[in-house]
Amino acid sequence: MWDDAIVLTLKLATLVTIVLLVVGTPIAWWLARSKAWWKEAVGAVVALPIVLPPTVLGFYLLIALGPHSPIGQAAQALFGQTLPFTFEGLVIGSVIYSLPFVVQPIRNAFEAFGERPLEAAATLRASPLDTFFNVALPLARPGMLTGAVLGFAHTVGEFGVVLMIGGNIPGETKVLSVAIYDYVETLEWGKAHVLSAGMVVFSFFVILSVMVTEKRMRSRLT
Amino acid sequence: MTLAAHFVGSKGSFTLDARFSFPARGVTALFGPSGCGKTTLLRCIAGLNRLDFGRFEIGGEPWQNERIFLAPHKRALGYVFQDANLFAHLSVRDNLLFGATRAARQNTQADKTQAGPVDFDDLVALLGLGHLLERAPANLSGGERQRVAIGRALLTRPKILLMDEPLSALDHASKNEIMPYLEGLHDTLSIPILYVTHAPEEVARLADHLVVLEQGRVLASGPLTETLARLDLPIRHDDNAGVAIEAVIAERDEHWHLTRAAFAGGSIWVRDPGLAIGHRVRLRVLARDVSLALQQNTNSSIMNSLAATVTDIAANGHPGVRLVRVDVGGTPLVARLTARSAHELDLAPGKAVWAQIKSVAVLG
Repeated sequence: MWDDAIVLTLKLATLVTIVLLVVGTPIAWWLARSKAWWKEAVGAVVALPIVLPPTVLGFYLLIALGPHSPIGQAAQALFGQTLPFTFEGLVIGSVIYSLPFVVQPIRNAFEAFGERPLEAAATLRASPLDTFFNVALPLARPGMLTGAVLGFAHTVGEFGVVLMIGGNIPGETKVLSVAIYDYVETLEWGKAHVLSAGMVVFSFFVILSVMVTEKRMRSRLT
Repeated sequence: MTLAAHFVGSKGSFTLDARFSFPARGVTALFGPSGCGKTTLLRCIAGLNRLDFGRFEIGGEPWQNERIFLAPHKRALGYVFQDANLFAHLSVRDNLLFGATRAARQNTQADKTQAGPVDFDDLVALLGLGHLLERAPANLSGGERQRVAIGRALLTRPKILLMDEPLSALDHASKNEIMPYLEGLHDTLSIPILYVTHAPEEVARLADHLVVLEQGRVLASGPLTETLARLDLPIRHDDNAGVAIEAVIAERDEHWHLTRAAFAGGSIWVRDPGLAIGHRVRLRVLARDVSLALQQNTNSSIMNSLAATVTDIAANGHPGVRLVRVDVGGTPLVARLTARSAHELDLAPGKAVWAQIKSVAVLG
């Protein structure tokens, strides 16, 4: 039963991380390069989940994805059900919740190398799209790695949003953090210990390996 | 064949209004003090900056005019940045091939028949990059990086090479290391090279044509020898100002290790640079190394004394200094004298004098 929660959590976090990289990288690129006066407003919206209590975010997501909203009705029409209390709903909620943790490091990486390598690429016949994929992305690799790991770890540790929009359905939305909460509630401390200690060890190794890899990547780039 | 460029516009409080033409082969130096707009002008030609008005075309293809603005990646140019600007994530080899593969996809057959050392192996040999190919840019010296940047730009088979102060970020030793490669390019490339610099030495060594800029405007544009000898340009104020003379090695004195370099109107003995008779060289004579006398002075350590006629006298910013241009059988020289000397010798245009040359640098 508790290994269900582990598998589900890893599946959720992996999927969310992939979506975050695909969605977050263009946003980070735009935030780093746009000269629009309102770009910082967009930046602030992306960063909101850092300050908002997860319950507030979860509450609005519940309403936004619910049967009375346009999104909810579209989902109903497409999949025959609404998104809250489903795995898909959790993915959407987690993506929004973890977005700033992915966008910020990638944006920093784009801003750090600035205009110059892009200009060099332009004088070497690379179109803007070519430059993005073959110069900007490789140069931003350390930032993307940091973003991916932060996004992954943040999704693994998420609790409030999950509870608000996902509930507690075993195998569907019952992720690790919720499982631990349940064991503590029902006084199954032994199981809570196993999962919690596992999380501590897992987190330690994730962060350690990222720091080592990132350091190696950066020393190669400078 | 000449090319013409014309760019007008403002960037903040700076206004550029520059129009000049330059030969379709050889090195044209864009010379001027910092902030005179020479780099902006180069970036405009590359399409990296866009001002209100610009006009430039090359080989019958307009890159920019009232209606057209070609994006930089669609212009067949090579650009060498001040500090190389190599891609940190690629090896030297991949840096060199970055533009080459893209250009090969885009260039038409006509472009590919253009002359020049654009074969990868030839260029690697010419720039001495063979042993560096697998290195990362972070593990190169400043001079090596700049050589890779030059190779990277040339491998795109550009129609024009734009160089933005390629030596200014280098120390003295690296400059001396890279200079022979630049001189080699000058001899092998059949495309125009625009070379931005604020160093008179680089102008004298590399340029064939000189464009002098000040505060966004073109003060002068013309062949090097002629333009360097003008007294009305700010380049004269530089301590290292001087003229460049095209000469040929004509005679060798084995005993004293000297050679005679002959030019239109005379010849000068210089320390033997070890070059064969008939070899073309460029002599650089600094204004501060030329003095003037009314008689030929034979009781002097100065070896080179040339009969000359004064053509022009000008002040040079300091009230105690005069610049005197003299003509040696068609070749101009500039002497820097004190105002008092100029007065006591009663110098005036048309007066016959002896130009005594204390020191000459033999370039290339």
